[in-house]
Amino acid sequence: MSRGELPGPPPDDRLHPDGRRNGQGIRVDPAEAEHPPERAVLSALVTHEPGVLAEISGLFSRRQFNIESLTVGPTADDDLARMTIVVEEPRPGIDQTKTQLEKRIPVVSVRELADDAVQRELVILKIEGDRPAQVNAITDMYDGRTLDAGPETVTVELTGSRSRIDDAIDAYSQFGVRELVRTGHAALARGEAPTAQVSQPNQAPTEAQVATEAVSDD
Amino acid sequence: MSEPAPVQQTDEEPSDRTEEEIHRDTPEGARPPGASPGPGVTTGAESVVAALRTAGVELLFGVTGGAILPVYDALYDHDQITHITMAHEQGAVHAADAYGIVTGEPGVCMATSGPGATNLVTGIADASMDSDPLVALTGQVPTGFVGNDAFQETDTVGITQPVTKHNSFADDESTVGAEVGTAWALADAGRQGPTLVDLPKDITGASTDERPGEPETPDTYNPPTTAEPVMVEAAAETLATARRPLVLAGGGVIAGEATTELRGLAREYGLPVVTTMPGTGAFPQTAPLSQGIAGMHGTGYANMAVSNCDAMLAVGTRFDDRLTGDIETFAPDAEIVHVDIDPAEISKNVEADYPLVGDAGVVLGQLHRAIPDRPPAVEWRDQCQTWQDEYPLDYETPADEPLKPQHVVERFDTVTPDDTIVTAGVGQHQMWAWQHWTFTEPRTWVTSHGLGTMGYAVPAAIGAKLAAPDREVVAFDGDGSFLMTAQELTVAAREELNLTVVVLNNEAVGMVRQWQDGFHDGRRMASEYPWVPQFDAVAEAFGAKGLRAETYEGLEECIRTARAYDGPAVIDAAIDPEENVYPMVPGGGDNARFALDSDQLEGLQ
Repeated sequence: MSRGELPGPPPDDRLHPDGRRNGQGIRVDPAEAEHPPERAVLSALVTHEPGVLAEISGLFSRRQFNIESLTVGPTADDDLARMTIVVEEPRPGIDQTKTQLEKRIPVVSVRELADDAVQRELVILKIEGDRPAQVNAITDMYDGRTLDAGPETVTVELTGSRSRIDDAIDAYSQFGVRELVRTGHAALARGEAPTAQVSQPNQAPTEAQVATEAVSDD
Repeated sequence: MSEPAPVQQTDEEPSDRTEEEIHRDTPEGARPPGASPGPGVTTGAESVVAALRTAGVELLFGVTGGAILPVYDALYDHDQITHITMAHEQGAVHAADAYGIVTGEPGVCMATSGPGATNLVTGIADASMDSDPLVALTGQVPTGFVGNDAFQETDTVGITQPVTKHNSFADDESTVGAEVGTAWALADAGRQGPTLVDLPKDITGASTDERPGEPETPDTYNPPTTAEPVMVEAAAETLATARRPLVLAGGGVIAGEATTELRGLAREYGLPVVTTMPGTGAFPQTAPLSQGIAGMHGTGYANMAVSNCDAMLAVGTRFDDRLTGDIETFAPDAEIVHVDIDPAEISKNVEADYPLVGDAGVVLGQLHRAIPDRPPAVEWRDQCQTWQDEYPLDYETPADEPLKPQHVVERFDTVTPDDTIVTAGVGQHQMWAWQHWTFTEPRTWVTSHGLGTMGYAVPAAIGAKLAAPDREVVAFDGDGSFLMTAQELTVAAREELNLTVVVLNNEAVGMVRQWQDGFHDGRRMASEYPWVPQFDAVAEAFGAKGLRAETYEGLEECIRTARAYDGPAVIDAAIDPEENVYPMVPGGGDNARFALDSDQLEGLQ
């Protein structure tokens, strides 16, 4: 120990604070537990141009945000596309997801939808065709449609909330499900609330965006 | 390449091809007969150059090549833009990055497609981590070839997407100029950062008379300026009543040109100020309220203040792990007022009790007006002073040991003017330069912070010197870092740049060697060089003045000679290979438990 003429106390003898933060950087005192993961539905309006989907999906993978589904499609405005993203993260992670999304230049607006948002998913299932009548009964029960029926397989289509589709798949599984495809969630805010709203108060909505909201609300 | 690839032949000699994009690729196609090369725009490439000129760009750093040829051709007649031909694209991007740091406006670099573009990637990532204003223009194969794995084709937009603030693929000659203007404006506005425009050869070669207007950010880009008044009031109240208040000044204070506001606020309310590494120079280290530099190799007194404060005004910082150490022990008693222009930085790593989203200067002004009183912090300021007395940055210079690197830094600091610009590579030499130079002005500390890019120092010194020709520039480099970009000295020699490179030579990748000694039982795998070149001779061969310092007296002579030499000089300083960087907080450690020497480091494990 030769460094310095006035070497201060060694590590353990120094003044140390009493408090602590948790792994999310939140002070533990006042006491607040770690945030458990929750599910959130985000709706993002993005400019409709090549590379935007890659940009957004790349953002999710490199920042290790957990997503349950991501769907994208055109809107009433040809210049904009809407992404519906279902994320499963602790609350700070959901907030971080939103701000990181908003930061990308092609992203026009991001909004987290309320729990009562209208959410739908589509599934197409190819089921073993041994017992077509029983398959049809389940399809009717879930308001589905038969798209194709042959000697070997029956292909059906169902639309609904995630839990309803999960239940339907469970019901079909007794016959043997060969293949299925789910689209992921599409969602809009319920009632008069606009789905895409600019959350930064100093960021004015573009004309295109206002127009889109007006049309979507009709 | 011994044999030209067939695709290259078609690229350079396209006369037997009939596709339109290949015709447009020819120089004849690039400029319609009769069109004058004067001030008007006739091609996409000229539109690109016009956009740069409209943005006020005077200097470009680049390396030419096939796909970028039309843009270089458009520069041929241009007397308002000077192109600095660098030895390697990495040199071009670091030089442009440093130019941006010193001037505050985007530096511009250019490269061709394929390897030219990929060689830029390290420097673009560096600029992204440090929020440096930078524009990269890359050549690309003609659009008709894109996706076909053509000669020198890479998906540049795809590769650089994660490390740019924004990038784009120019697909229309009539808008390519505006696209370059937008890239420049986006690099400059809000939280600064790197942007890139990929320029296919047929687009830059195509005819257009579209002259781009002033650089403009897209309609959807509206960075916040003013923080919510309610939040400002609450934060002001907290700061005014704090007993142990501290300002943590990050690089955003400098990038946001808010050093005057910061100095005014700290002085009026008696707030001690620590800076992060990128924030170094935001607050004069000679000021009584300066509490030094924080982080892994920050000063003990800064880290004690960070750990024990009860209110922290953090401005323009992203709470990097090299600053915070273990997040659980980072300023755990502090209510945090976080000022940042980027909402995504709020509560990313450390929760902000008072998020103030906006421009650093504007928000500091709001706070300044809102804080009702000086906080009751007399005892705290005394405590901060005590820590300064207890943990000075000290070192010894025994006569029987080799040159100490800290001394080399301090000597240069003593003899050079206050506004001298210091650049550094990455490693031990960088930490010694950071610790032992006394920084008093913003934009004088130019290094690679977040990415930790070895090889940054020499090209950065070139960019810095061209940005500030009247100021002295000293580059501190390590022998490991120097070997990565030493060839850029040829550019300094060719451009007759008066700068000094000091190689703190310990014949090792010293920081790795230090970690191996500290954390890997001294197993020095691949960190020591059994042989290094004579750097003074290398310098001479590259056209610079080469000097070597082995003693304290010799060092003085070298400093005099190097500074008096009209052109680039390199001092190969043979420093003590056993010297290590302290204080040190081990990675993920508690900032208040910094080690002052290897014994203390041992005790922390």
